[in-house]
Formats: sequence, structure tokens, C-alpha cells
Amino acid sequence: MSVDKPVPKPTPETQPYWDGALAAELRIQRCTPCREFYFYPRLFCPRCMSADVQWVSVSGRARLHSYVINHRAAPGFEADAPYVIAIVELEEGPRMMANLVGVEPRPEMLTLDMDLEVAFAQRGDLRLPVFRPASGSVS
Amino acid sequence: MSVRGKVAIIGAAETDSLGIIPDRSALQLHAEAARNAFSDCGISKSDVDGVAAAGQSPIAVADYLGITPRYIDGTAIGGCSFMVHVRHASAAIAAGLCDVVLITHGESGRSRVGAAPRAPDGASLQGQFEVPYGIWGPPTLFPIGVLRYMKKFGLTHEQLASVAVAQRKWASRNPRAYKRALITLEDVLASPMIAYPMHLLECCLVTDGGGALILTSAERAAAMDLPRPPVYVLGTGESAESTMISMMEDFTSSRAFRMSAARAFAEAGIAHSEVDHLMIYDAFAHLPIYGLEDLGFVGRGEAGAFISEGNTEPGGKLPLNTNGGGLSYTHTGMYGMFAIQESVRQLRGDAAAQVPGVNVSVAHGVGGMFMSAGTLVLGTADVART
Repeated sequence: MSVDKPVPKPTPETQPYWDGALAAELRIQRCTPCREFYFYPRLFCPRCMSADVQWVSVSGRARLHSYVINHRAAPGFEADAPYVIAIVELEEGPRMMANLVGVEPRPEMLTLDMDLEVAFAQRGDLRLPVFRPASGSVS
Repeated sequence: MSVRGKVAIIGAAETDSLGIIPDRSALQLHAEAARNAFSDCGISKSDVDGVAAAGQSPIAVADYLGITPRYIDGTAIGGCSFMVHVRHASAAIAAGLCDVVLITHGESGRSRVGAAPRAPDGASLQGQFEVPYGIWGPPTLFPIGVLRYMKKFGLTHEQLASVAVAQRKWASRNPRAYKRALITLEDVLASPMIAYPMHLLECCLVTDGGGALILTSAERAAAMDLPRPPVYVLGTGESAESTMISMMEDFTSSRAFRMSAARAFAEAGIAHSEVDHLMIYDAFAHLPIYGLEDLGFVGRGEAGAFISEGNTEPGGKLPLNTNGGGLSYTHTGMYGMFAIQESVRQLRGDAAAQVPGVNVSVAHGVGGMFMSAGTLVLGTADVART
């Protein structure tokens, strides 16, 4: 039995993030008093608890922090295996999980700290932020 | 207030068998382990007035056994829940909330009989920010920082593989271990790639089984005619980081490990050099590496060489995971109970691969994917009195 890939279900707190992705923008939050960006979405700053936080469309530039290459596909991912599950570090500071696309899933192609840029993959009615090697970067 | 020396583990037992147990539900495995723990120390279930469990509700366990508790702990924070149950029970006993606490684990991790389903909700944090990326069980999550560790410290694939080789040496001496045949570095590196950089033999087993502990005050233990020597709680710690490994502060070190262990060692008032025996929850081969460093046994970046040079093997200066660990002994899903069981056996002097003269043992557990941690420093009566 083939199943679809899992589709995230936004909550009121995370809706702006998913709305941003639908508009092909990576939006994360920034605390106004302490000026720090943070991820995942929360209605107040995890550092200083200020509720004075803003959604910001960020650059989408990131670096490859770490990863695994998964050889045992999750349901719905059979056609993708092996595939990369990565931790990327956004230029603005926060880290997040994402798949890498546009690059062969081989260790020699995947150098830690390589430059990445955001892309968006359709997932159900949503779009999912993923990352690919930055254009102009030598891979 | 410290619980040092005030509380003793008087009963400790596992299920009759471990491995593949298709004819027992998860709840029955809790109950079987509990019954064996009663026999182990010769008490009756009517002596028990506190119950703690994870995986199954402690209420379900108590009712199944016909126990009416006046202390209940349902802390369920993954595989280290049982270290934390011991910690909470020790405080509760010392404070007079209850007298005798039963802590149980049972999991049909392999056969999945009466086991809870494992689907995270799409609206949960993990359901939104990790599950959509094709995570598929712990192998896709737990090792996600290993390449960063390798880059930072120069850990080699061979050193990582040596963790599995070392632990199999211990397992080869243990008739209850699920995997006992000795393996080489080449065997590990030639085993199927599960999630690069982790090969099959660097990933834990998936088994069925259970274990149980019985705790009471040192005072009460001294007045009982126990068939086996009590094991004393010298120090405990617990901590947590995130339910999502992607939010880890440092992918080369666990903040929860550091916090939990520091507290346990401080309370016990012991130096690392006084630890005779060590259990570090090994869901994957990199966990003993992170653990040795985060608990403070070796410096940052040194653990890979420390293990590959044989220091944790039989005859080594720091015997580690002497039952064979989650990699070779058993791993039901929440393995922490089995790490504690082995510490108790080593302190009692009746382990299958007994280390000579164990007076202080540390059992360190992890929950989730570096989500949580629990640490126990345990000792014999000789140490508890000092």
C-alpha cells in the first residue's frame, strides 16, 4: 500500500510560517527587544519572554550543519531513498531540519558548511521549505 | 537535602526471557518483571505502596498487580524514565511520602503485542518541523549530529565502529545477550548502511522484554532479611533539552547529559576516578562517545580514541556497558531499565561478565533523541556509609 508523504498541520502559532512558505518566502520570528531571530515559531521570545516579536522574511541562505543519508525510506519516501535529512544553519542564526534537493545523496557531494539556499516543495496543500546548494557555489 | 545513602534498591529483576517474546503483551512484561523483582528480594506485593512506570500507565501496572498505591509516578520521558523514576522515588521515600516503590518497564518493542502506536500528530512540533522531512525512527534522528562531531574532533568511522566491537566482547560473555558472536571493525563497516554514517551494527537491537526495581529506605532495608545485598543510591540527576533533536544547542554534546550527570556526581560526592563501572545508554554507537565526554570521564573529542584503544572493553580501565548494551544485549525501545539492572548486578557481584571489586557504578540514560537524560550514581554499603 502506498501512502502519501506526511503533511504538516499548522497551528495558529505556526500559520504565518506555512503561509510564508506558500508564498515562497522563508519567514521566521525575531524578537524586537533582544534582536534575536528564533525558530520554531512561538508567540513570545524563548530568550527574554517578550511578546514583542515580528515575522520576518529571511534571506533563505544557510549552511549545511550536519546530516544523515537515510537508506530506509519513511512511508511515502520510497522513490526518494536514499535521501538527505539535514540540519541547516540559517544565515540569521537559527537552525532547522530540512531535506537537501538538487544534489546527489553521496557524502563526497555533501561537505559540511557548504552554502545552501531555500527552495519550496509542494506537500499536500502546503509548501515545505527545503534547501539546495547555493547557486554559484562550487559543489 | 541530599538522598545520598538514604535509599536502597533491594529488588531488581528482568523478565524470564529477553529478545523475541510474541506471547506476552507489553503490560504483562511489566507485571512479569515486577513479580520477578518481588521474588528477588523476598517481599510481598502488599509491602509496595508506590508504583512508577513508563510506556504503560503506572495505574495500569498497579491495577494489573493488585496494588493500591499512595505514590504514583508516570514520568514518561523516553528511555531514561527509569533513572528518573529512581530519582523521584528516592526523594519521595526520603520525604516519607511512601515506603516501598516498585518501578517497572515492559515493552513489546519487536513483537508489538499490546504496544502503543507510534504516529506523531501532524500538528505537533515534530509533526510540523521534522516528520515532513522523511524521518523514520531513531536511526534518522539520533545520529544527525555525528558528522558535525566528526568534523569538529576528527572522529573516524573506524573509531565509531569500535564501540560496537567493544560491546560485543562484553556480550559474548553474557548468555542472555541477544547478539553474542564476536565482530570485527570490518564486520561493522561492511554491515548495511542504515542512515549514513550509521551502519546496521552501529544501531541498537529491537527486542521485547522488561525489568523492575524495588526501592526502600536504607533504614528499612537494614531491618529486612534480604537475600541479596542492597544497592544504595548515592546521587541522581535529570535534565532535558528539546523534543526535537533539530533544536539541539550543540550537535556534538548533550546539554541534558551534562546537566544531569553534574548534579548526580555532585550529590554523590565522588570523583570520576572512583567509578568502577559505567553504563551509558547506547541506542547508537555514538552515544557512549558523547556520554563519556558529557559525563566528564574524558575530555572533549577524546572518547573515540579512548574506546578504540580498548579502555572500555573487558580488562580495560573503565568497564562500560558490560551487559553488551543496547547494541548487543537487548533494546526494547526504552532501554534505560536494563542499564540500571546491570549496574545493580555488578554492585551485587553477580553479573554474567562480572568486573572485580565494583563499589561505585554509574548508570546514565537518554530519552528520545538527546531529548532528556537521567543519571544514577549507585554504590555498595561500604561506599554508602562513607
